[in-house]
Amino acid sequence: MPTLNLTVNGKKVSADVEERTLLVYFLREHLRLTGTHIGCDTSQCGACVVHVDGRAVKSCSLFAAQVDGGEVVTIEGLAKDGKLHPVQEAFRDNHGLQCGFCTPGMIMTAVDMIRRKPELDRDTIRHELEGNICRCTGYHNIVSAIEDAAKRMAGGAR
Amino acid sequence: MITYPFTYKRAKSLAEAESALKASPDAKLLAGGQTLVATMKQRLASPATLIDIARLGELRFVKVDGGNLVIGAGTPHHTVTTSADVRKAIPALAELAGMIGDPAVRHMGTLGGSIANNDPAADYPAAVLGLGASVVTMRRTIAADDFFQGMFSTALEEDEIIKQVSFPIPEKAAYAKFPNPASRFALVGVFIAKSSAGVRVAVTGAGPGVFRVPGMEQALAKSFTPDAVAKISVASDTLNSDIHASADYRAHLVTVMAKRAVKAALERK
Repeated sequence: MPTLNLTVNGKKVSADVEERTLLVYFLREHLRLTGTHIGCDTSQCGACVVHVDGRAVKSCSLFAAQVDGGEVVTIEGLAKDGKLHPVQEAFRDNHGLQCGFCTPGMIMTAVDMIRRKPELDRDTIRHELEGNICRCTGYHNIVSAIEDAAKRMAGGAR
Repeated sequence: MITYPFTYKRAKSLAEAESALKASPDAKLLAGGQTLVATMKQRLASPATLIDIARLGELRFVKVDGGNLVIGAGTPHHTVTTSADVRKAIPALAELAGMIGDPAVRHMGTLGGSIANNDPAADYPAAVLGLGASVVTMRRTIAADDFFQGMFSTALEEDEIIKQVSFPIPEKAAYAKFPNPASRFALVGVFIAKSSAGVRVAVTGAGPGVFRVPGMEQALAKSFTPDAVAKISVASDTLNSDIHASADYRAHLVTVMAKRAVKAALERK
């Protein structure tokens, strides 16, 4: 079994894993970071979105070995010093979740989206959310939360 | 879902990837993996070895070389859609890359991976064929007309690696896509390009592989207007028919998307 060395949420991690271990299983079962969810397991739903080297990816669709030497941020890595990330705050304030299953992926997608496109309108947000499925909210409040978060972060809350 | 076991190798250079591929007959190249990993998870593919070429800088670039836009095979869709060089040289290509999958898929998926896989509903084959591009491998250059050989089939040898694709910069071009709303693959996508060499019309999603429509090309060479193709339809007998759309509906969409593509090409500044 090869040994992987990577950084997860700012911490160095070293682990022996089978080559066929998908990144999402590595995070959930080896590192016990269960905030990243497995929804469809076919790269449609986006519940497993994490950041690899600063880009949003679907962690069910790549092997942990592909990330060897890289840097991963999961939903657990967003809050700093007990303070929620502005996107997390905005989801709470705008009631951007109901059951919460899709929320970690939605938030990781939102953070990536705002980083790439600081000025977001509602149409753009909806297009950008094409790879994230929510079965509760009808998306309305998720779009509002992301719009709100983008405004807060433009104000320097980043 | 768990794949069959395999051995993982990360290539440090293109040359190393090629020798590893030659040395292991059951090996497959892994670039973005946005099709391959899903296929392996469903156990429809079981390569003994994966040779990861995703991080090779040699394969990740965009450059303008005379009258051609040259893109490295390992360049992710996100890079292509946001590249200022692509947006300036062939905006239709940047737009097409931005219509593939979703943002997370576009961060991983690559040009070379898409055309080597040649999914009949993939977007890139339409641009490569529509622009009359050349596919440059480690050993030869293959014209788009010879490269695509029907469903999931290409002119590539088992151990041949795509290095880059060279797209002639057209006068005008556009891509019109009718996506399947769930998968975002093309139910029908039509890429139209006009250059001094003439007009090319390439259709993806509709048939078992990307194909050209000579009748539309000739009509558009005479008059590059949406009306020129409005009465030209493709025969539906060789088109795909499935739960998403009948062959007749796909044939109808080819004409509709062709009109939209011509209109979009004309409206481009």
